[in-house]
Amino acid sequence: MEFFGPVLDGFNVVLDPTNLLYCLLGVAVGMLIGVLPGLGPAATIAILLPMTYGVEPVTAIIMLAGIFYGAQYGGTITSVLLRLPGEASSVVTVFDGYVMAKQGRAGAALGIAAIGSFIGATISIIGLTFLAPLVARFALDFGPPEYTALAMLGILLVATISGGTKIKAIIAAAVGLFLATIGRDGFTGAERFTFGNLSLADGIDFVPIAMGLFGVGEILYNLEERHRAATAPVKVSNVWPKGKDIKEASGAIGRGSVLGFFLGILPGGGATIASLASYATEKKTAKDPSRFGKGAIEGVAGPESANNAAATSSFIPLLTLGIPANATMAIIFGALLIQGVTPGPQLINNDPQLFWGVVNSMYIGNILLLIMSIPLIGIFVRILRVRAAILAPITALITMLGAYTIRNSMFDVLLVVFFGAIGYLMKKFGFEPGPLVLAFVLGSLLESNLRRSLLVLEGDPMGFFTRPISATLLVLFIVVAVWPIVKGVIDKRKNSSLAASVAEEKLKENA
Amino acid sequence: MSIIVGYVPSSVGEAAVAAAISEAKLRDETLLIVNSSREGSLVDKNTASEEDLARVLDSALKAGIEAKVIESTYRDDLTEEFLGLADEHQVSLIVIGLRQRSQVGKFIMGSQAQRILLQAEHPVLAVKAS
Repeated sequence: MEFFGPVLDGFNVVLDPTNLLYCLLGVAVGMLIGVLPGLGPAATIAILLPMTYGVEPVTAIIMLAGIFYGAQYGGTITSVLLRLPGEASSVVTVFDGYVMAKQGRAGAALGIAAIGSFIGATISIIGLTFLAPLVARFALDFGPPEYTALAMLGILLVATISGGTKIKAIIAAAVGLFLATIGRDGFTGAERFTFGNLSLADGIDFVPIAMGLFGVGEILYNLEERHRAATAPVKVSNVWPKGKDIKEASGAIGRGSVLGFFLGILPGGGATIASLASYATEKKTAKDPSRFGKGAIEGVAGPESANNAAATSSFIPLLTLGIPANATMAIIFGALLIQGVTPGPQLINNDPQLFWGVVNSMYIGNILLLIMSIPLIGIFVRILRVRAAILAPITALITMLGAYTIRNSMFDVLLVVFFGAIGYLMKKFGFEPGPLVLAFVLGSLLESNLRRSLLVLEGDPMGFFTRPISATLLVLFIVVAVWPIVKGVIDKRKNSSLAASVAEEKLKENA
Repeated sequence: MSIIVGYVPSSVGEAAVAAAISEAKLRDETLLIVNSSREGSLVDKNTASEEDLARVLDSALKAGIEAKVIESTYRDDLTEEFLGLADEHQVSLIVIGLRQRSQVGKFIMGSQAQRILLQAEHPVLAVKAS
């Protein structure tokens, strides 16, 4: 009972009418932007951050979380109907989902995706409920050196695991770390990179960076696509999947949920990697792998369950360690900081209402999404008729207004425009904005903890290795950092030894 | 010489194509079927699917006339695009469908059919859904 008391109290928080309303608002917005290709959950949460200033912290996070997992449901719709993934995490759904739609089974694909998403998310919330307090209790022993090691590991993992070129991700992360140092130094009061500018003296706020890089950057990038010709709408009928479909997909849903849950916890993991991994697993375990890509229902059910499970479980590192696992979590981390809540191991004990309120709101949100996504799919598909030329100015307007309302400062608006231009160029040149934002968030955490621990350790950097947890984390950091180099050397050795033996063979033949 | 017909997947569009087929047979001319899709939005209900176009083309070929589908997209102005195609192919007749529009609706949204009727430099045959 001692454990379940706060959990049940959390339901009290969720059932508050305001929270229910914001939960509905969050999942509806999430579903909408999930349907719209281009505008991802990270961008939407960034754009809507200023809206959450006026409400209670728990209400704000319930809504933002709703946007995040709601988008995983919505992304499926365009993947199946138009072969256009609404979100990066729905890319693999295209392979079998679109083929199923061509065969006239669009309804079955969408239905099984919604059911799989619901089951995946629910399993993940239950896992979160039991695992999060354990992790938090473990992390209560963490001091500044442990946090330093954890932040370094987090940045490195995000830079190496996230998609795209590793070098580019590391460059982006380095820029993020640099941006985090701008402003007055918290320990000595020295001004860094402010160029005598008063607005820069307080440091750059997280919100303009996120709004610019994700919001404006994506809007600009999407405008390039505005001359794509429209396609004919696909007719969706009979969304309830048949008994045979459910039977075929049930194994995939179960495997996808578990896989997604664990991949979501990893820093740098998350919904996209989970859906890719689930598709690969399904293909490997299937009796007849050749069915994949030709309308296999497992190819839709597995990845869709996995991405929702991962979206939910990626809240674990954020809410228990205070380390965001991916870009979207970094923005929710920023939202929590704005609300005056510091996520970390103390959160679960100091603010159980917030913690369990947010966790339990996911049950409600997923039920709402299941209700919305099965009968109301037709309505969401209509959103696709809105042209980019109409959508982009409206989104840009909301972004700019939001940027201004944070502190009524024109400087923030200029920052958003500046980072918007950078975000656009980054996308153009193949840099992901995710590592930059994440490194920015973790950068201030890393710096203050590093300096605090150096004060504690009296300036001896080897002191990090005298504490068991920080030593383990740092060793892990070194392994992750060095592994690609070692692997490259091993591969080369193998190749060269192979080449040598081939050459020897040839010599023998000649002799 | 040829006949151009504007097709949309609706009863009006089907009526226009049916009229165009009989007219093409009468005149023994090639039928050009156009379904121009709008740029910018992802889905548009006036865009014909591949099956729709294949079916329409098939019914024209069955009637024993030469027919082909012209692919086209438009950005802002459907009338301009459609009349441009008519000029380009030197057509002898334009066939379009008409639908019921209220006075107010026409005042606010305008009417592509009306503009084609007024601006076309070729004869226009306007058909209503039966």
